[in-house]
Amino acid sequence: MKTFLVGLNRTIYSLVLLLAVIVLNFILVHIAPGDAVTAMIGDMGGATPELVAKLRADYGLDQSLFTQLHTHIWKMMRGDFGLSFTHRVPVRDLILDHLPATILLVTTAFFLALITGTILGIIAAQKPKSLVSHVVTVLSLSGFAAPIFWTGLMLLIVFAYLLPLFPASGMKTPGFQGTGLEAIVDVLKHLVLPAITLASVYIAVYSRLARASMLDVLGSDYIRTARSKGLSRRVVVYKHALKNGILPVVTMAGLQFSQLIAGAVVVETVFSWPGIGQLAFNAILRRDHPLLLGILFFSTLMVVVANLITDSSYRILDPRIR
Amino acid sequence: MKQESLLQVKGLSVDFSTKAGNVRVLNQLDLHLLPGEALGIVGESGCGKSMTALSIMRLVPVPPGNIATGQILLNGTDVLQLTESEMEDIRGNEISMIFQEPMTSLNPVFTIGTQVSENIRRHQSKNSAQAKEKTLQMLEAVGIPAPKQRINQYPHELSGGMRQRIMIAMALSCQPSVLIADEPTTALDVTIQAQIFELLRQIQAEMGTSVILITHDMSVIAEFADRVAVMYAGRKIEEGLVRDIIDNPRHPYTQGLINCVPVLKTDPGTERVELNEIPGVVPSMAQLGTGCSFAPRCHKAIDRCYEEVPPEVTVGENHCASCWRVGEIA
Repeated sequence: MKTFLVGLNRTIYSLVLLLAVIVLNFILVHIAPGDAVTAMIGDMGGATPELVAKLRADYGLDQSLFTQLHTHIWKMMRGDFGLSFTHRVPVRDLILDHLPATILLVTTAFFLALITGTILGIIAAQKPKSLVSHVVTVLSLSGFAAPIFWTGLMLLIVFAYLLPLFPASGMKTPGFQGTGLEAIVDVLKHLVLPAITLASVYIAVYSRLARASMLDVLGSDYIRTARSKGLSRRVVVYKHALKNGILPVVTMAGLQFSQLIAGAVVVETVFSWPGIGQLAFNAILRRDHPLLLGILFFSTLMVVVANLITDSSYRILDPRIR
Repeated sequence: MKQESLLQVKGLSVDFSTKAGNVRVLNQLDLHLLPGEALGIVGESGCGKSMTALSIMRLVPVPPGNIATGQILLNGTDVLQLTESEMEDIRGNEISMIFQEPMTSLNPVFTIGTQVSENIRRHQSKNSAQAKEKTLQMLEAVGIPAPKQRINQYPHELSGGMRQRIMIAMALSCQPSVLIADEPTTALDVTIQAQIFELLRQIQAEMGTSVILITHDMSVIAEFADRVAVMYAGRKIEEGLVRDIIDNPRHPYTQGLINCVPVLKTDPGTERVELNEIPGVVPSMAQLGTGCSFAPRCHKAIDRCYEEVPPEVTVGENHCASCWRVGEIA
């Protein structure tokens, strides 16, 4: 019952948060100079004031900001995200087309970073002054310091060009007809490089965090107790220490999920990954406000859901906050 | 009558490497523990009591720690020569330990039941149902009310006294021959303290476990132990039966410790309890001189005390002390 109430509480909070984000995004996008019509006229090479006024009226841009916001929220509640100015198709369809690719990329990178980072951190924590520990430190610091697009380009050069192990761009081989397992393998091959690129920064963060946290935990009284029971070092580290040591990593991972989505925009552009990141990039360039707002909404939704999941997994891991 | 020792520590020296160089934290320590007896180890903080316990458990962190010399014989086997996995079979099985801080000594993310039964399953071939049964028995034995509910609770849901009982249940679950209790009641209320000692005494009587009790409190020793070893700056300075040590302490440090036990009687002039202290603090192990390490704080020190370490002198049956003026002090 208590769990249910807490869950309900969190869900209500999340809905309020979503609404606030919708309003804020709307205001931000409209504060930025220029609108879709300005962009279009730029493309056309100029237009008469009459045409400009007509276009603005067509898109509802002549109404007051408040009226536009009102209409915007109303429509969103009914699942209508409007028509993309540039693609001339409903924003919802566009996003639903591209969202699975992004979710695949982001979750793969997320778990890759979380698992690899934690494992590296544990290894480094067991012998903090050993060579392995220093290697992990150097690797993770360079992963952290390198700009994500640079990492992506380097991986492309090495593993797609010099050693053509993986495809360089896209999500499917063009003209590929296979189905079932073959199709899955094809997508996975395309996924490897973008996922590693996106994960690289976070592997660094999580391995540092896991190392520090594990070092802290390994020096605690209950670890000494576990040792005094005659448990082997392996059981002590991977059972007693890990379940405590991973808590800060989970917190951090949940907090950083939003940055992962931001990183996806860059990675999708480098690898021509057909996700909403690429869509967002173009929407910004073309001042496609409905599309941009739709993407922002879905990204927010992803972050909110991720935070809800983090929160619940934290509850499972740590009995003290149940 | 000469009884065979269950546990014998011979000439144990432990070093720690620090930034200031190698520091000897235990120096030529000799101890023995007879079957069924309670041996107290007493001394101020930092005198090497806990290090002695960790050495016996072989839980001294290596590095920076290093057991330089000595033997620790358990039933005649030198545990210092065992491999790590042989030692793991002994820990929690032959020798168990309970710690000072019951608040932090239990793992916060596992249930009480898991943590107690883990010890049982590690050392005894029991399936989970049998281990659970044994866990319930142990919780009952240490006076935990409603053990069936408790085993599903987490440490943070229990009080300090209850947690220490859990630690005791865990430590005794495989009927060890030696139980090391390192300041088991320091973090607890006085009333709980008395309960815990009562429990330890009762279990000791029932199971015949030998206990090494580490404490800084002479009154606890008087209440619980059969024999006592007094430690100062990594050395044993006096050892004997509790009543001999309390009635007739021969080392000035032991005398000081006994005088420090407050007597609950007010002084008519000030209406306050008169508190005694030993002036000064335990020296840093890195800065010990050549002589007796207690000399700088000792009101009976003579020149020789600063020059040579006093040897151990037998001053009575089962009673020995290390002091140059032991003959004059009675």
